[in-house]
Amino acid sequence: MHGRVKVKSTAQQEEEKRKEREKKLKAFVSARDAVLRKRSAGEHDEEALQLTQQLLSSNPDFATLWNYRREVLLQLETSREKDEVQKLYESELHFIEACLKVNPKSYGCWHHRSWVNTRLPQPDWTRELGLCDRCLSLDERNFHCWDYRRVVVKESGVSVEQELQFTDRLIGSNFSNYSSWHYRSTLLPQLHPQPAPDSASNTSPSPTASPQIHSHRVCEEQLLKEYELAHNAFFTDPNDQSAWFYYRWLLGRAEREEMISCVYVSRERERVSVAFSKPVHAQSEGLMLVLDGQPQQVEWRSTHPRLRHSPVWLCDLPPGSVSDISNEHNLTVHWTEKYTHRDCALYTGCAESWCRDSATDQELFRSELSVEKSSVLQAELQSCNQLLELEPQNKWCLLTIILLMRALDPLGHEKETLAHFQTLKEVDPMRSSYYSDLCSKFLIENTILKMEYAEVRVFSLSNKNLTTLCHLDQLLLVTHINLSSNQLLRLPPQFAMLQCLEVLEADDNAIESLEGLYHLPKLEEVSLRNNQICKLSDLESLASCTKLTRLDLRGNPVHKTANIDSELSQLLPLLCKSQAFVV
Amino acid sequence: WQWLLVTMLSVCVHFPGLTESVIAAACSRVGQSVLHLDRRNYYAGNWASFTFNGLLSWIEEYKQKVQITESEQVWRSLIDEGEDVVPLSSVDSSISNLEVFCYARLALILLTTNTNEEHEVSEPEEEQHTSDISEPSQSQEEKDSQPISSPADPPVEVEKKITYQKLVKEGRRFNIDLVSKLMYSRGALVDLLIKSNVSRYAEFKNIGHILTCRNGKVEQVPCSRADVFASKQLTVVEKRMLMKFLTFCLDFEQHPEEYQDYTEKPFREFLKNKKLTENLQDFVLHSIAMVTQQTLTEEGLKATQHFLRCLGRYGNTPFLFPLYGLGEIPQCFCRMCAVFGGIYCLRHSVQCLVVDKASNKVKAVIDTRGQKISCSHFVVEDSYIRDEQRQSTAYRQISRAVLITDRSVLPSESDQQISLVTIPPLESSAPAVRMVELCSSSMTCMPGTYLVHLTCSSSGTAQEDLAPVVSELFHVSTIPGEEPSEVLWVMYFNMRDTSALDSSSYSLPSNVHVCTGPDGSLGSDCSIKLAESVFHHILPDEEFCPPAPNPEDIIYDGDGPQAEGPGFDESVNTEAEEEGAAHEKNPSTEPAEMDSVADTTPSSEE
Repeated sequence: MHGRVKVKSTAQQEEEKRKEREKKLKAFVSARDAVLRKRSAGEHDEEALQLTQQLLSSNPDFATLWNYRREVLLQLETSREKDEVQKLYESELHFIEACLKVNPKSYGCWHHRSWVNTRLPQPDWTRELGLCDRCLSLDERNFHCWDYRRVVVKESGVSVEQELQFTDRLIGSNFSNYSSWHYRSTLLPQLHPQPAPDSASNTSPSPTASPQIHSHRVCEEQLLKEYELAHNAFFTDPNDQSAWFYYRWLLGRAEREEMISCVYVSRERERVSVAFSKPVHAQSEGLMLVLDGQPQQVEWRSTHPRLRHSPVWLCDLPPGSVSDISNEHNLTVHWTEKYTHRDCALYTGCAESWCRDSATDQELFRSELSVEKSSVLQAELQSCNQLLELEPQNKWCLLTIILLMRALDPLGHEKETLAHFQTLKEVDPMRSSYYSDLCSKFLIENTILKMEYAEVRVFSLSNKNLTTLCHLDQLLLVTHINLSSNQLLRLPPQFAMLQCLEVLEADDNAIESLEGLYHLPKLEEVSLRNNQICKLSDLESLASCTKLTRLDLRGNPVHKTANIDSELSQLLPLLCKSQAFVV
Repeated sequence: WQWLLVTMLSVCVHFPGLTESVIAAACSRVGQSVLHLDRRNYYAGNWASFTFNGLLSWIEEYKQKVQITESEQVWRSLIDEGEDVVPLSSVDSSISNLEVFCYARLALILLTTNTNEEHEVSEPEEEQHTSDISEPSQSQEEKDSQPISSPADPPVEVEKKITYQKLVKEGRRFNIDLVSKLMYSRGALVDLLIKSNVSRYAEFKNIGHILTCRNGKVEQVPCSRADVFASKQLTVVEKRMLMKFLTFCLDFEQHPEEYQDYTEKPFREFLKNKKLTENLQDFVLHSIAMVTQQTLTEEGLKATQHFLRCLGRYGNTPFLFPLYGLGEIPQCFCRMCAVFGGIYCLRHSVQCLVVDKASNKVKAVIDTRGQKISCSHFVVEDSYIRDEQRQSTAYRQISRAVLITDRSVLPSESDQQISLVTIPPLESSAPAVRMVELCSSSMTCMPGTYLVHLTCSSSGTAQEDLAPVVSELFHVSTIPGEEPSEVLWVMYFNMRDTSALDSSSYSLPSNVHVCTGPDGSLGSDCSIKLAESVFHHILPDEEFCPPAPNPEDIIYDGDGPQAEGPGFDESVNTEAEEEGAAHEKNPSTEPAEMDSVADTTPSSEE
């Protein structure tokens, strides 16, 4: 139609663009070759700077070129006055800025920028901080820039307070950015540190000392403000995880003090078992065993070959050293690296002996969740419950409430906790296995606590929907364990820590693997009815349990194997001699 | 007078407001010949922006009410057999009740020397009356009426005050709109600007604050997620309730069970039912949905949804404002129209339409110079229609006030923010008042001043409706011990709101398309939708405002693609590229305060 504007077709435009690209590529390749030739010829001159500049401004991720540039700059630096060096590097900064515009996430650029600032006679840190501000306002998750900012802040001595205000600003404009929250968590302890606890606690911690206070804590007054900030965020958007993570950090977690939690010795086996508060590698930890004042040459081994770091370690005493029941012995295990030790006395007439702290929930598990005072936790629990009333389906809120309840009183809140876990699995089915495992962990902790209070060596946790086993190091002294009617899939290698175990009941699970039934010296009875043990080879580890006299495998697929009896007697010759053997 | 030769036209557009400009641009874009006539000497009619001095002349003009005497003889002779004539109105009566008050002193007078004069001045309230204003030479007497600085105030403060003379001297820096609107980030206007590439002709600024006024106190309305998070006025439970409600509004259609019992009831009742506190109800009703107490639930929900959907596209509020004023927008479309061959004539209007009796269609128009111009469609603004052609005259009025102040209603860290303030009615029967405060970086007022627009649907004259709000916001000290905001200059007027009228309201030939004037709402959706429907009426098979091609992609007649001066091509090209780069990749440019829609493709919205 007349009067209409004629426009190039897309094909025409494409063709033009293609030609343009081809031309660019050709120029790039020839320049690159020229630069690489120059470098291998060892030429460090202005021309090299120019050529690399051309290439890098179109592709700032070419690390070799940045390296070459540094060589050239170092060379040029030697022949210049201080003023000129300043100018040289300032123009370099300008150039890098241009490159950052091409790719704000170029490793090469940021690294080169840090390097240039170390070479610059008078670095302008204010300018660099401004650059960080601008970059982060364009992309608040550019971790290259976050890193660079930390460098700049450190070098230029920007006050922590100023940086905290910076996070205020960023969080204010978008509280879903965990980078800002995290940065905040590194600043607060510097600005508002927790007043140091009693000075005495630092010197030679006794074995009974309470869990260490976390070193990166914040003073209470500031903490209360931070709780409020987190409340504002998760009440505004309870589905945003950043604030919840920050909140978890605020509530804090203490690390347990490193110590020897238990020493057990048995006359019959002439064996010492040592439990630590966390997994260690005993061979390299400087462990020393002293028996009646005499240091002993012993070989430490973990309870299962697959556990290189383990909380439980064993050693055999020299034959005959403790076997006579009429003798009394004093045993000390020294952990030289941690300056700690534990004694154990084996009295006349006793077949075994142990020394341990009677653990309270505070020491065992609560510290993992929070070190806050219970009044603070109580208030926080109230806030979360208030949110839960408004958002009964919110998983973050439910999970946080569970953790708070556990930190406050795990046994008292057990019923509510279980109900919340049920809701969690319903509202977040994708993670139901995680919740089941977590719930199992808490149930095991509760059962351990109950066992401690009752002062028994029997651990019973049947019909509780357990999906995993943990804290097995705490069960070192247990003789009877009942895990029937759960959803366990295996007895993991850690199960071998139950060095005193005599009877295991684990009927009606879905156990496929018995890896953990390994060198359990006192194990006599194993009941594994209605599980998923399929192959005879799965039973191999049982051969190492020399006292096993009773094994019940009814209701397992393996039970249907042809010649099961003869196969078994080959596999477990010791067991088959006894009468009570049930297949 | 080349244009006089153009007598065969497809579309003739008369009195170009926003709607008319869009229609003209759309028609011209698809190859129609368009003649654009306006009897005024400025573009955009009631959508126009004026400099301060321009506004003063406009006020003068209004007062004189120039009546153009028509001479029938001129056009009688042009009428042929079988033709009929429909005369157009030559008087624009869309503006009424214009009042102007000036509070700025005429010249700088040192207070220290004339404390006695002060007392003299504070009484004659009458004297500030506008009629004097246009002749500032008339009296050198101090016209300051404000509850101004007591003598105890340091005189230095007073000396800094901006005088009337200064306003006149710096008058060029003002761009004062007769219509006060903002652009919804996802409204029809912004979509059209992007789609048609017309956005390249303008620049835009974010609205920085959404405010409200409760109990005489101006405060921020928490509307975005970040606002709710940062709000100090809300309890955490309120925060949750508000966010929950807003989230629900975003896709309320998916949950009809939540509101179906309230479809026949006011939105306010629904809000109450949702357990929103009094506080939150006010925020949602007045400042987010911006509806009245009587609005029904579904409409309220839709308005809330629209507001929320606009959030985050160009910043933390849902609105943009064009730099240099709203009057830029019709001009941008005029420019596009001209680029594709549209012709413009100012100070030139149509006296009457020539109607073919047989088909009852307009076949030509006769202009004020007696020229008969053929056309196949005629687009005209409502105010040109005489009463004889009207079936109904049921239109409403908008009350407007324009203020020049020297401080913001809500001073904050940055004094260069545009604020939208919604003021709930003082009595429940009165309409809510909408206030837009423009800072000088919006290029609508001189540095050191703010241009404040107040708008509401009229219940009385503009002054009656708005003066109480002005005194509430600007005369009452908000923080004890601080001086109240100073108003330098005020103009009140009423504007006719014809937006409720449609084609059935006129008895006119079917190829005459009447466009209603600006409506009272905050957005321009109504005008854009009307433009689109008129366009489809004129050209049912054509696309409405397809993207205009880039200059480098245009092929010029007879030559290869690069023919028309490589210089031009190149300069445009590099400019565009640099701009693009600055926006997308340049980490060191200023934080994008001035968002240009031109550079915003849907992909870069997030």
